Amino acid sequence: MNVRKLPRFLIAVVLFYIVVEVLYRTEILNGYLLHIINLSLIYVILATSLNLINGITGQFSLGHMGFAGVGAYVSGSLTTLILKLSVTNPASMLPFLLSIIAGGVVAAFVGFLIGFPSLRLKGDYLAIVTLGFGEIIRTIFNNIDAVGGPRGLLGIPKFSNFTVILVAAFLTVVIIRNLIESSHGRAMLSIRENELAAELVGVNTTRYKVMAFTFGAFFAGIAGGLLAHLIQLAHPTQFGFIKSVEVLIMIYAGGVGSLTGSILAAFGLTFLSEGLRLGIRALADATGLPIGGEWRMVVYALLLIFIMLFRNEGLMGMRESRIIKNVEVD
Amino acid sequence: MTPLLKIEHLTHFFGGLRAVYDFNFEIPEGSIYGLIGPNGSGKTTIFNLITGIYDPTEGAINFQGENIKGMKSFRIVHKGIARTFQNLRIFGNLSAIDNIRIARHYTTTSSLFASILRLPSFKSEERAVKREALELLDLMHLSNRAMETAKNLPYGELRRLEIARALATKPKLILLDEPAAGMNPKEVDDLMRLISRIRDEFKVTVFLIEHHMQVIMGICEWIKVIDFGETIAEGLPDKVKNDPRVLEAYLGKRGT
Repeated sequence: MNVRKLPRFLIAVVLFYIVVEVLYRTEILNGYLLHIINLSLIYVILATSLNLINGITGQFSLGHMGFAGVGAYVSGSLTTLILKLSVTNPASMLPFLLSIIAGGVVAAFVGFLIGFPSLRLKGDYLAIVTLGFGEIIRTIFNNIDAVGGPRGLLGIPKFSNFTVILVAAFLTVVIIRNLIESSHGRAMLSIRENELAAELVGVNTTRYKVMAFTFGAFFAGIAGGLLAHLIQLAHPTQFGFIKSVEVLIMIYAGGVGSLTGSILAAFGLTFLSEGLRLGIRALADATGLPIGGEWRMVVYALLLIFIMLFRNEGLMGMRESRIIKNVEVD
Repeated sequence: MTPLLKIEHLTHFFGGLRAVYDFNFEIPEGSIYGLIGPNGSGKTTIFNLITGIYDPTEGAINFQGENIKGMKSFRIVHKGIARTFQNLRIFGNLSAIDNIRIARHYTTTSSLFASILRLPSFKSEERAVKREALELLDLMHLSNRAMETAKNLPYGELRRLEIARALATKPKLILLDEPAAGMNPKEVDDLMRLISRIRDEFKVTVFLIEHHMQVIMGICEWIKVIDFGETIAEGLPDKVKNDPRVLEAYLGKRGT
């Protein structure tokens, strides 16, 4: 058997699954840590899908969590308000998964609509438009009483578990990777590299920019749905501008254009953020200094400044780990 | 025989500035035609008008008997017109072979679905695209650079890569914007041989802008000279070379 041709990424993910499950069953890994792993995996979906828009296609979206919000509210409304699913009923799993996909599809449609301004706008101007769209989406949730308004949509059943989230993250990465490594993905890359030259080697740049937004929004919607069913809440503030910036920071820290980088940064920064919370609390307890948990944001921000100063192409640059990549055709 | 490209009364204004005025040209299939003129005379603007980057103020552009004026650039490429740029526009962060593969994009037929699932039909198409890309790189003496990140290649190789990329779109007409710019005499010699070879092997018609008189006089079969957007001379290379209006445009008026 040719070792080079093994599905490396699949094997890596299965190993990861087994290790986490074994550690959790043997109670080495507590529920809190598992929760952080689940959050990290949701951020993997968010970061890789934003990378498709910002890193691969070279557009600039600042409203990514807006798409996640659409997914969260649509799937949350379906499972909680309309279908009234219950976690105790095993037959609820399929309608739950379909609700998540429905959330993704609606988010994709919104992404498709938002993709259009990107045809006329570039860089900073596009960033402002997407920021505006994100805020509009957030404000809409804030004002619809049927989904809780400013209180948020409460009582969402906790369907998201480690297995579901890991499979979703795995499929997201595989689909985006396969897209990038095809003629369609190369068309997207060419837009990032030089839009005029892309057009003049026959790439329909309009079509591929809208496609990048649609795909990116779809996966963000899936991530939003999974998040809502993990923390059992969909709240307008979860999907605001600041949260979009968090995802943006992940792709810059990991390397714009590198899926490997996005995955590493999603895990690294989620754990770092939690670690700092605990670390600072321990420091405050030990020394009696009047420092609260919110100081972690200062340390977090400083770390990011240092990453940008000393490694401004991010952890991976545009490189991709061999574990992620497909085997090149002969 | 109808010409491959026929341009009639092409006129273009940038606001109040007249960049091209009443430009008429016919290029027969299989020829190598040249466009020369002093800096700022409107040569690149004409290329930009043909390739749909600008929409002409007036005039008609017929390619193979079809009016392509006002068409989107990528559609014009699909019709069979490719070009290179005066200031290189390479996909710098991608490998040399990916630069070529992108130019084969519009001829590939694998759906999104087939691509994402990497179905056998997708893989066999990818293989074909890769093989053709390697052949083109080989023709341009770039095969040892296939996997190299494009921006790391030396200037002369980038020029050749850009020509290879244009050829990968399978054009009938290729527009070369100053292909010899920044090349040393040996590279210029190689380039001239290459252009003739491209015409013969790929059956493409060549329309080029050049300042290198060696290239213009060496390979062009017909030359058009413009200044301030207007045609000032046209004809066989030897005739154009000694035309007083051309000398005046390049060197200024003879003192009296």
